[in-house]
Amino acid sequence: MLKLTCPNCGVTGEETEFHPGGEAHLKRFGPGSSDDEFRDYLFQRVNPRGVHFERWRHQYGCGKWFHAARCTQTLEVFGTYTAQTSEIPQNIIDAIKSRRPDWEPEA
Amino acid sequence: MSDPVTGLKGAHFTGDISVTDAGLIGMISIRGDFNAPAFRNAVAAVTGHAVPETRAISGDATGGLAWMSPDELLYFCSYAEAPSKADALSDQLTGTHHMVAVISDARAVFRLSGAGVRDVLAKGAPVDLDPARMGAGEIRRTRLGQVAVAFWFAERDVVELVCFRSVAGFVMDWFEVTAHAGSEVGFHG
Ligand SMILES: [Zn+2]
Repeated sequence: MLKLTCPNCGVTGEETEFHPGGEAHLKRFGPGSSDDEFRDYLFQRVNPRGVHFERWRHQYGCGKWFHAARCTQTLEVFGTYTAQTSEIPQNIIDAIKSRRPDWEPEA
Repeated sequence: MSDPVTGLKGAHFTGDISVTDAGLIGMISIRGDFNAPAFRNAVAAVTGHAVPETRAISGDATGGLAWMSPDELLYFCSYAEAPSKADALSDQLTGTHHMVAVISDARAVFRLSGAGVRDVLAKGAPVDLDPARMGAGEIRRTRLGQVAVAFWFAERDVVELVCFRSVAGFVMDWFEVTAHAGSEVGFHG
């Protein structure tokens, strides 16, 4: 079971109370970008086995979006954090490294 | 002018617990910046309640103020006075980023009572209903079956629950199945 803690309201709920929003921290390529950039922005996803960053919405709760860092293989959740950031917070990076010492954030 | 009716039209069901249409209740959705003194002061002046802490409810459906999200409150008052309360809020909040909407007719309110109320809710809501984890003064927004609801304990063994009016009939049917006589679980005692 995947359990997430919403940082907006503090509720820890199981997956069915939330709605997944796909990969987090995408950089938008819009007008003025190349066709390849736009294609990758729309369709290319990292889809890793292991540490992953996602957007989730507390659909049946407070209704707000947030970010989650979790392991796609074990469903271990390393932490959840505000949606109002484009950077992964240091405490989340630390939490992941304590559990996955070989993991490195992508540049 | 038509007479106002609730989505449940006075429905009542008694099985392991009693499930009742709570009747016409005034409800106002209030949105704004909880950290703005102008917002906090206006809400307190009109509702008589301070802006509640995260997931807290002050009072109940007969008169109360609930935390719905980091920028949304739900105010309960009498059905008749909701429009004037909303006008008063709009007046006081003029110039402050906000939204005020009377939603009395867009929601349905249930009153559930009986010793098994925690067990019945636990059949459909993914919530830890242990009394130590979910008690008086907290409002929990979640799902019941597959529809969105919010509920809180008005008294020991008495729960008030609000849902969208469009699914009120479904929620009543859901209780008639999950709380039918003889289906008690006895887990939460
Ligand atoms: Zn939430």
